[in-house]
Amino acid sequence: MTATNEQATSGEVQTVVAARRLEHAKSVFIGVGRPSTAAILARMVHNPHLVLVYESGTIGAKPFHIPLSIGDGELAETADAVVSVPEMFNYWIGPGRVEVAFLGAAQVDRLGNLNSTVIGDYEHPKTRLPGAGGAPEIAACCQEVVVIAPHSPRTFVERLDFRTTVGFGDGPGDRERLGFRGRGPTAVVTDLGVLEPDPDTRELTLTQIHNGIEADQVREATGWDLRVAGDLLHTPPPTDEELSALRELLAR
Amino acid sequence: MTEVTSLSDAVAEIVHDGDAVAIEGFTHLIPFAAGHEILRQERRDLELIRMTPDILYDQMIGMGAARRLVFSYGGNPGVGSLHRFRDAVEHEWPHAIELEEHSHAGMANRYAAGAARMPFAVMRGYVGTDLAPRTQVKPITCPFTGEELVAVPALRPDVAIVHAQEADREGNVQLWGIPGVQKEAVLAADRALVTVERIVDELKPRPGGVVIPSWVIDAVAEAPGGSQPSYSLDITTRDNDFYRRWDKLSRDRDEFQAWMREHVLEPTKDVASR
Repeated sequence: MTATNEQATSGEVQTVVAARRLEHAKSVFIGVGRPSTAAILARMVHNPHLVLVYESGTIGAKPFHIPLSIGDGELAETADAVVSVPEMFNYWIGPGRVEVAFLGAAQVDRLGNLNSTVIGDYEHPKTRLPGAGGAPEIAACCQEVVVIAPHSPRTFVERLDFRTTVGFGDGPGDRERLGFRGRGPTAVVTDLGVLEPDPDTRELTLTQIHNGIEADQVREATGWDLRVAGDLLHTPPPTDEELSALRELLAR
Repeated sequence: MTEVTSLSDAVAEIVHDGDAVAIEGFTHLIPFAAGHEILRQERRDLELIRMTPDILYDQMIGMGAARRLVFSYGGNPGVGSLHRFRDAVEHEWPHAIELEEHSHAGMANRYAAGAARMPFAVMRGYVGTDLAPRTQVKPITCPFTGEELVAVPALRPDVAIVHAQEADREGNVQLWGIPGVQKEAVLAADRALVTVERIVDELKPRPGGVVIPSWVIDAVAEAPGGSQPSYSLDITTRDNDFYRRWDKLSRDRDEFQAWMREHVLEPTKDVASR
C-alpha cells in the first residue's frame, strides 16, 4: 500500500506528531492506546534507540505488535529488564530516570492538570473513571510530560471535576513548591493541534495546528478561552515513511 | 509449612467472610480460578484489595462479594471501563461499596511496608492532588534533611492470593515474567494461598524468577489455566479477545449474571477456570 498525505486521518496525524516528539528522547514512559502506538512508531521511524518503559515493570520493551494491555507477554519477553511494581516506582520513576512520559486523561485544564478519577461529584459521581494508576508520580517525577487527548470541550475544561494529576497546579512556581522534580507538561498533542505552556503564565496555548484545521475550530473545541500563539505553526504533514510505518504497525 | 491441596479446600480453609483479601497479579498471573472459587463458596462482606481490579474484581463486585475496595486503577486495561465496578459506585448495584483509592506508587509502597512489618512507607507523591484529602496519606518530615514527604500506611491483608507458574511438592513456588507485587502481597498478609499452573518435582531457576519459599505460604493448589483470561508467561497467553468481549457482556446486569451462572457458579467441564 502506498501512503499519501491526503489520506492521513486526524488520529493518524496525532499519533505521528506525538511520535516525533520522541526523536531525541532517551526513554519514554507509556500507557496503552495511542501513546503506546506513537512510541512504537517513534522506535520504528524516528529513534531506534528509544527505551520504552511500561508501568507493568518492563524496561526497554521492543514490542512488534501494539499491546492491548501494559502487561502483554510480548513486553516482558522483549524487555531489557523486568522489575516489580515497587521497584518501578521507587527506583525508576521516583528519581526521574525516565525522560518523557506520555499520559492521557478524561479532562485537561488550562494549567495542564489532569482528571482520570470521576466526572461529577466524588462521592456520587456521574461517571466513575478508572482512577489515578501511576499518573500522579509519573507526572511529578519524569523529566517532561506529553499529554495525548482528543480535542473536545468535554475533555478540555475550564475546571476539572477532580485533580488526579498535577500539571502546573495553580500556576507558576507551584511545581517547585510541591517539590516535583520534572518540568511538567511540555505539550498537549490533540487531533487538532498542539498546546504548549506559556513560559511565564504556564497557561496552555495553541502553538501548532494540523493540516486543514483553523485556529477558531480549536478554540471552539476548548472549554476555556484558548490563547493562540502569534507565530502559530502548521504541522508538517506525515511523511510517506511515517504514514506507511504507522499503517503497517496497526495492521500487524 | 505449606499444604498442597485442592483449590476448594484451600479457599474453604483460608478465606472467611469479612476478610481483607488481596488478590494480586499486575496484568500477568491474575488468580481468576481462586477468585471464582471464592464466589462459588459464597464468601461475603470482603474488603477486596488490589492495585488493578481488572475483570476479576469486576466479577466479584458484581456478584456482591465486596463490602469495600482498596485499589489504584479500576479499568479494563486497553479497553475502557469496568462496568460492574462503575454500576456499584454510580448506582449502588448490587449494593453500595466503600472505596479507598491510591496511586500505584502508594499501593506498591503500602504492600512493601506490610511485607517489612513497618507501620508505614515514606514516599514523594499525592501532594497537590484531590486524592490526598480523600485517602490515607499524611505529611511527614524527614528527620535528617527536613524535607516534606508523605507517609502511606502499611497494608496488612488477612489473606493474599497469587498465581504462579510452578510449585514443587513441598510447596515452594516460582513465578517469572512480570512480577507485579505478588511477593510483597504474600509477605504482607497473615495467610497466603498460591495457585499454580503445575506441580513439578524440582523448581528449575528461571531468568528473573521470583521464588517464594513454602514456609511463608499456607496453601498451594494446582489450578491449570487458573490465570485465564490473563496469562502465565510461557504457559498460557492473554486472551485479549475476552477482555474486549467483557466490555459488552458486562454492561447489562442480567447478561452479566447469566454469564456468571453459566461459566463460574455452575461450570461445566473445561470452562471452570474462566
